[in-house]
Amino acid sequence: MNGESFLFTVFALLTCFGAIAVVASQTVVRMAFWLVICLGSTAALFFLANADFVGAAQLLIYVGGTLVLLVFGVMLTASGPYLKIETSPGETVMGGLVGLLFLFVVFACLNNVEWRPPVAVTASAPGTPGVAGNTLRPLGLSFLGLRTDHDLTADKDQASTGYLLPFEIVSVHLLVVLIGAAYLARAKRRSPSPVPSE
Amino acid sequence: MMFAAQSLAEFFQTFLSGRADGWHYVIAAVIHAVLLVHVFAVSPFAFIWLERKVSGRIQDRLGPTRVGGLFGWLQSLADGIKLVQKEDLCPPAADSMLFRSAPYIVCVASFAAFMVLPFSHGWVAVAADCGLFIILAILSLEVFGIIMAGYSSGSKWSLFGGMREAAQMVSYEIPLAICALVPVIAAGSLNLGEIGGMQRGWFFNWFMFNNPFTFIAFFVYFIVATASCKRAPFDLAEAESELVGGFHTEYSGMRWSFFFMGEYASMFAVCGIAAILFAGGWNTGIGPLDEALYLARSHGASGEGSWVVGYLANVLGAFVFTTKASFGVFVQIWLRWTLPRLRIDQVMTTCLKYLVPISCFLFLGATLWPLVLASTISRTSWTPDPIGERFGEELPDAKKLSAALPNADHGIRVGLTPPLNQVAQEGSVQ
Repeated sequence: MNGESFLFTVFALLTCFGAIAVVASQTVVRMAFWLVICLGSTAALFFLANADFVGAAQLLIYVGGTLVLLVFGVMLTASGPYLKIETSPGETVMGGLVGLLFLFVVFACLNNVEWRPPVAVTASAPGTPGVAGNTLRPLGLSFLGLRTDHDLTADKDQASTGYLLPFEIVSVHLLVVLIGAAYLARAKRRSPSPVPSE
Repeated sequence: MMFAAQSLAEFFQTFLSGRADGWHYVIAAVIHAVLLVHVFAVSPFAFIWLERKVSGRIQDRLGPTRVGGLFGWLQSLADGIKLVQKEDLCPPAADSMLFRSAPYIVCVASFAAFMVLPFSHGWVAVAADCGLFIILAILSLEVFGIIMAGYSSGSKWSLFGGMREAAQMVSYEIPLAICALVPVIAAGSLNLGEIGGMQRGWFFNWFMFNNPFTFIAFFVYFIVATASCKRAPFDLAEAESELVGGFHTEYSGMRWSFFFMGEYASMFAVCGIAAILFAGGWNTGIGPLDEALYLARSHGASGEGSWVVGYLANVLGAFVFTTKASFGVFVQIWLRWTLPRLRIDQVMTTCLKYLVPISCFLFLGATLWPLVLASTISRTSWTPDPIGERFGEELPDAKKLSAALPNADHGIRVGLTPPLNQVAQEGSVQ
């Protein structure tokens, strides 16, 4: 067992343990804590696979953004000191069944993939720091339609518009959703009280 | 002297001469970790002492005078020993597991940020290509520990502190990221090592002076970074006059001190980011001196010159970088003891109504600046071009990429500033 597979085992076990603990614990904020462990270890797995950008995005969006908002929401809305979610035995059985079914589907899919040995990281020119996890420039170029992993000289049809347009559409869509949510939240608060604010 | 992980690992590989494969990486990793732990542990030691002395000067109080030798420098050590000896308390109303683990999250987050922060040319533990993105992501985790500490203490003061911190941080992360992007537009890279290297030469090569937008962005970034370290005047989370101690009311001993070690370390981290992005990083800002240091480094790396000279050049670079970042920390301390604390609604107004629009405007301006310059004076910057090296030009298959471009006559230039000849052609057509 070399160092990389040892680290992989550690982080994979942490991910699984965190995920199980999220389901097993009943306090919402404890769930959030275990989710931090789970998502942080997933980010570490991405870093191990030399996918720095995805790992950092995982940390920034899920741990730094979504989870903070979750705990913030719990703190603002909780009536008691520690908000708990009780699950009835029926819910546990149903949830377990659905989970097992999903596990089966994932396992079946993974079994049907022809796994190729990992491609070696591009050899770095001497004296260029930061080539180890060099995913950023290929990512940016494929956004513009230049796929570095394809043979670009073969046929020029592959130089397409890239993913920039879909990405922009999705982000504008998200902005619309945000503004809509803010509008709905404001309208609800205003309507019952006609008292002028000072 | 290439990037340190590689060279140390290679050094131990030759030293062990292939006795046990893999061990050289372990030894190199341990050495890096120990060095970084010392940065993390020693910088709060120095900054807490500095905080006391500066506050003593500014507010006309007595700083430490009795403990230790010159200027009472042993005061921080005495504090540390006192804190270690204190009892580790956990109030009965607290959620003990979350209460005990919250300080570690704060500590791990602010410590891990130093992984990708370069201290000199190539002196970085992880030379990541998207280093700035990673460091911003890691620094954003610190807030989670604070919120959890506030929530799990089982005290209303702590809860209020945690809620304020959450509201403040969720809003201040937006201008922080946008302001950090403004010099990135000028640099065309997210690699902190590359951004630092590009500002070699006279100080007007620093990105702070690259265009008026980066100049304003430097100050906006500094304000936002002060807020993101929850330093006064933005220290609503621990407002001691209203919330007892805020999120750390119930903590004592080592767990309490972990929060403060995390705070001082992240102050140093954000000021270090400011130094690299805006103020030239490890470059001295004196043209001929920087050139000499650069030559010493590159000769040392290539094996032509003595590696000792290159090493010393890097030590000087690390000293310059630490001085710049420490000056940033000093300004933060200065602000803390000069300005009164804001109210929470004022903090939110400052961010959402002023800082976010200002940073969006700066971002837009910085993107348009090179285009405007190119169409008027047909250059993309008003200063002489940064003479520092750019790694991006050495893209392995740049020729293939440029062949695939529709008009393949110009070489591909990876960076957001457009190639000069292309812009000039477009301008003449219009």
